[in-house]
Amino acid sequence: MRDINISELERKFQEKIDNDVKIEPNDWMPEEYRQTLIRQISQHAHSEIVGMLPEGNWITRAPNLRRKAVLLAKVQDEAGHGLYLYSATETLGADREETIDDLHSGKAKYSSIFNYPTLTWADMGAIGWLVDGAAIMNQVPLCRCSYGPYARAMVRVCKEESFHQRQGFEIMTQLAQGTPEQKAMAQDALNRFWWPALMMFGPSDADSKHTAQSVQWKIKRHTNDELRQQFVEVTVPQAELIGLTVPDKDLKFNEANGHYEFGEIDWTEFWEVVKGNGPCNKDRLDARRKAKENGMWVREAANAFAAKRAARKSA
Amino acid sequence: MNSLFEYVLRLGDDSLILGHRLSEWCGHGPILEEDIAMTNISLDLVGQATSLLGYAGELEGKGRDADALAFLRFDREYKNLLLVEQPNGDFGMTMMRQFFFDAYRKPLFEKLQHSSDKHLAAIAEKSLKETKYHLKHSSEWVIRLGDGTEESNARVQESLNTLWRYTNELFFTNEVDAELVEKGIVPTMQEIQNEWNATVTAVLNEATLTIPTNNWKQEGGRKGLHSEHLGYILAELQYMQRAYPNMQW
Ligand SMILES: [Fe+2]
Ligand SMILES: [Fe+2]
Repeated sequence: MRDINISELERKFQEKIDNDVKIEPNDWMPEEYRQTLIRQISQHAHSEIVGMLPEGNWITRAPNLRRKAVLLAKVQDEAGHGLYLYSATETLGADREETIDDLHSGKAKYSSIFNYPTLTWADMGAIGWLVDGAAIMNQVPLCRCSYGPYARAMVRVCKEESFHQRQGFEIMTQLAQGTPEQKAMAQDALNRFWWPALMMFGPSDADSKHTAQSVQWKIKRHTNDELRQQFVEVTVPQAELIGLTVPDKDLKFNEANGHYEFGEIDWTEFWEVVKGNGPCNKDRLDARRKAKENGMWVREAANAFAAKRAARKSA
Repeated sequence: MNSLFEYVLRLGDDSLILGHRLSEWCGHGPILEEDIAMTNISLDLVGQATSLLGYAGELEGKGRDADALAFLRFDREYKNLLLVEQPNGDFGMTMMRQFFFDAYRKPLFEKLQHSSDKHLAAIAEKSLKETKYHLKHSSEWVIRLGDGTEESNARVQESLNTLWRYTNELFFTNEVDAELVEKGIVPTMQEIQNEWNATVTAVLNEATLTIPTNNWKQEGGRKGLHSEHLGYILAELQYMQRAYPNMQW
């Protein structure tokens, strides 16, 4: 009896998805759908928050007041993205602090790109251009994701990400047109961030575990390789436009089919960084853990204060 | 001496250096909401610094713009308060520093928005809106932490004791102020100080904190004689402009 009911519910659920009707928090959903979304959205939220660190690293050294303000605003946007996304996981029944503790214990993942160091000012340009650019490729399709709160959060996030991407490209353009030192700085940043940016789309389709089911549920609409290809198509001409060289000797434009072909990604590096062996994994997690630990007394005080006020009111 | 230049420079440097200090929190705040709030305040202060230093450059008339003033002076030429260059410490220290500053800036901008100098009045009017929000935010935290747990009360009392010695300098005046008060461009410091005293007493009382009896007073920032901290702030702030001179970014 129960089995029949469940399969009936599942049928209706899939029917909604097939008809592009959004799933809302109070609707019935398969447990696996819920868990997949919690994992995906919280991973996304963690990426926003950890992503504040490499760029936060240059705020105090930004070269002029305008760039400083733009960078501050950008990093603040990322914190805002983290907030909406944690809220979206809460609509699925996840607890924000538990989710964050999973990040701190190393159980939950975040985008590996943030495990690379920001060594020069040009990295602020490269990150905006490439990393926010890749994030947009990943996230635009999510604006049509089957889960309502996630889709709506993505609409807002994508608007801001495209603003970030333009600002990053503007920094790179300025540098590429600048003095020889500036141009070298821009090229060096592109050299270091190009491959990690391509890795942001995840393992190649052949090695990706979750794709098929996620496509059926419309949590994912394109495969990793499709999105990566799209990113290359858009980004390579931008690099050429400002006179920078993409660090890939196998990169070429295929006249016959009108697409770029690019070299093999170093998947060993990718998996090492995912496992925690990237240049900054430890620093990033330590910084996040330390922020939480150092903030415990503040939370406790805020809670104690709120309780006192509530007691005084009811007395 | 160009008194109005000097006066606007003080205001601009306060915003610049405090904005710098707050920006150090970005990504490391105790709660995500506070990370956002501190970044927001920092952003307001950087914006104020841009307007104020830009205007100071015009008043000086030597072709220096806001960036030239922000990034290319030596430490003795910065006229910010010692208070704003003090290290962030813990979150309570940062909020206490902010509270002392906001409680001074709010009445100051309230008066300056009516200055006979129209440009300064316009900057003050815009900054006042932001400063009111900053003061509300910092007072609420001082109260929450003071009247929170035993630990938070002890911590924030310690911050109060540490920072109290820098509060007297908020009301520093010299011939610059005398001239501008005379001309009706700026208010007397006495008015500002009275309001600051009233705000600080009320908030610290509500926070169940005790004003230190030690009246040891530090000053020097307004004269360009700073604490050891400013040099390190400038080393970071000016790094790019010093390492790569005369370039566009
Ligand atoms: Fe973001
Ligand atoms: Fe972004």
